[in-house]
Amino acid sequence: MEVKSEKKVGENPEKTEEKNNMTGQNTLIKFDHISRIYQMGAETIRALDDISLTIHVNDYISIMGPSGSGKSTLMNIIGCLDTPTSGVYQFEDEIVCDMNSEKIIKMNDNQLASIRNKKIGFVFQTFNLLPRATAFQNVELPLIYAGIPRHERREKVLKALKDVSLADRSTHTPSELSGGQRQRVAIARALVNSPSIILADEPTGNLDSETSREIMVFLDELHRLNNTVIIVTHEPDIAAHAHRMIHILDGKIDRDEINHQKIKNPVNV
Amino acid sequence: MFDILKMSISALLAHKMRTVLTTLGITIGVFTVGAITAIIEGLNSSFESQISMMGSDVFYISKGSWFGGYESWINARKRKPVDVDLADYISENAINVSATSPMVNRHRTLKYKDKSIESVEVTGVNHLMPMIEGTEIDAGRFFSESECRHRKNVVVIGENIRKEFFPDTNPVGEKIYISGHRFMVIGLFEKKGKMLFNDMDNRVQVPYLTFSKLFQRRNRGANIAVKSTSTAMLDDSKEEVRNLVRHYRHLKPSDEDDFAINQMNTLVDMYNRMTALLWAVAIGIGSISLVVGGIGVMNIMLVSVTERTREIGIRKSVGATRQKILFQFLFESMAVCSIGVISGLLLATGAAYIIHTFTPLAAKVPANWGILGAGVVVLVGLIFGMWPANRAARLDPIDALRFG
Ligand SMILES: Nc1ncnc2c1ncn2[C@@H]1O[C@H](COP(=O)(O)OP(=O)(O)OP(=O)(O)O)[C@@H](O)[C@H]1O
Ligand SMILES: [Mg+2]
Repeated sequence: MEVKSEKKVGENPEKTEEKNNMTGQNTLIKFDHISRIYQMGAETIRALDDISLTIHVNDYISIMGPSGSGKSTLMNIIGCLDTPTSGVYQFEDEIVCDMNSEKIIKMNDNQLASIRNKKIGFVFQTFNLLPRATAFQNVELPLIYAGIPRHERREKVLKALKDVSLADRSTHTPSELSGGQRQRVAIARALVNSPSIILADEPTGNLDSETSREIMVFLDELHRLNNTVIIVTHEPDIAAHAHRMIHILDGKIDRDEINHQKIKNPVNV
Repeated sequence: MFDILKMSISALLAHKMRTVLTTLGITIGVFTVGAITAIIEGLNSSFESQISMMGSDVFYISKGSWFGGYESWINARKRKPVDVDLADYISENAINVSATSPMVNRHRTLKYKDKSIESVEVTGVNHLMPMIEGTEIDAGRFFSESECRHRKNVVVIGENIRKEFFPDTNPVGEKIYISGHRFMVIGLFEKKGKMLFNDMDNRVQVPYLTFSKLFQRRNRGANIAVKSTSTAMLDDSKEEVRNLVRHYRHLKPSDEDDFAINQMNTLVDMYNRMTALLWAVAIGIGSISLVVGGIGVMNIMLVSVTERTREIGIRKSVGATRQKILFQFLFESMAVCSIGVISGLLLATGAAYIIHTFTPLAAKVPANWGILGAGVVVLVGLIFGMWPANRAARLDPIDALRFG
């Protein structure tokens, strides 16, 4: 699974150490001049334009920005669903891709699938549950692909459903659940494999404000339990739950600031 | 792996009707091949090997060809019947012949006490017939030359007659009636089984001179069975006998033969030709409908992949690898195929059962059908499922998630 490269081994330790010494935090994700460019005929769309970014373990980040600014593109690249066109992406100790070196380094499909399976928990605006499968089966899916034996799966699924207060809905299909409940099933699916990071792309975008608040309670709780959470949102009061707020504009990071309401003793970012 | 298999099956159950319709082509293909193999199996079990072996050195002189078709039959009707005395003439004059016997036959009713059997083949032959045909006598003995010459009322019976008349007693020495004439049973033929539609155990043999006296006042013609000295000499003895018969019948060199020389081999040849034709039909219809069915499966799988693009995106986003998506859809196409194959096999089994029950043909389900069916499932499922499954596996996760 690991992509070993001399570059990583040679270059990394000092930098990581340096960072850790400064902040007292462990680096989880590192973006180094990442761009994602779409070539549409003659037109060039810079969905992400030279972004450098470091995300630490147990960060709670909100990403805001106008429509089309590149928020989803950023999330998809972090989530290993998409590949940047240039830059270096490092996840934990592994280089997911290095598009800059003379010889492009890229994880293969199986390695990417494995990261998505074990390290990433995705929550989408449109829930993205399998319509014919029950809540239980939906939550079970990542565990099946992880090759976890049946009895262990059952335990984990029931625990995840309990964590989102849906233990009594495990046999319901998505159509038999409310929007908020569907999103909670999706959250249970995202966290069932104990991922390194939870990526939520407008998780409350399809929900009313009451249900949104409910969902945010769970995300706050996940962060409190030492999970790393990134949430994309258009709503400032949702973004205010996060401890670090990033604003994106035209594929570039416009602002990256500490949420002072949440953190009394800000650390240097 | 098992979990992926389960996913495939639940996807199929969601579209029952569509799945069944898709598999119709495969069902028809498997049914055709299955039913025809069942029929061939039935023919084979009737046409036992001993029969096809029998008489590889024996030929028969008859008025007409046995297998010539309608035209030659019409031709033969005008010919002079074959004379029983020709048998003696041949055995006296031919070098390459070890034995001959006349054969005259009629279907007659047999009676024993209050039991009777209708339409039993009664054949008049001479004492050499068991040697010519290679038939064993299970109990008692065959009649002798003098019994034949003295037109004795003695009979050797087949297994079916024994079963009917003497289920638990020794038939030898018993008296039975053939068309009202009293005969003594002196022997019992070994069990021969069925040959095509002819039951070889449902017959009796009597001396041909007795036969002529009692059952055949008017000479309606005979066949002459001729055994050559060896299988290797068969062609020579056929030619020799042909010339002898021409001479016996006073044919001029310019005249055509007004008789025919037949052989069981002709029957074997005809049988082989018939089964080969059946096989060709089976393979032809079978492979065409399998290809049509396979294209149906491929089509439905392509539709399924398109319909479920989003599902594939979801699966990939939670960590499904390309192989796992590929396997899921391959399993699915094999499952579709297996539905077709299983229903085809069930239908063919039903057809075999019906044929077996309502016709004399013992159509039978070959034991290796299961393997054949599994082979079809794997082959068609893999070949026609590969493209759709590969298409699913190669979908880009983001595009797939955005779909629909
Ligand atoms: N597959 C694609 N082909 C071409 N352009 C694309 C593609 N996907 C995204 N883009 C472009 O990239 C830019 C960023 O898109 P992205 O979806 O990241 O925006 P966003 O910030 O998530 O917007 P929203 O708030 O509406 O979700 C947009 O201009 C979009 O048109
Ligand atoms: Mg978006």
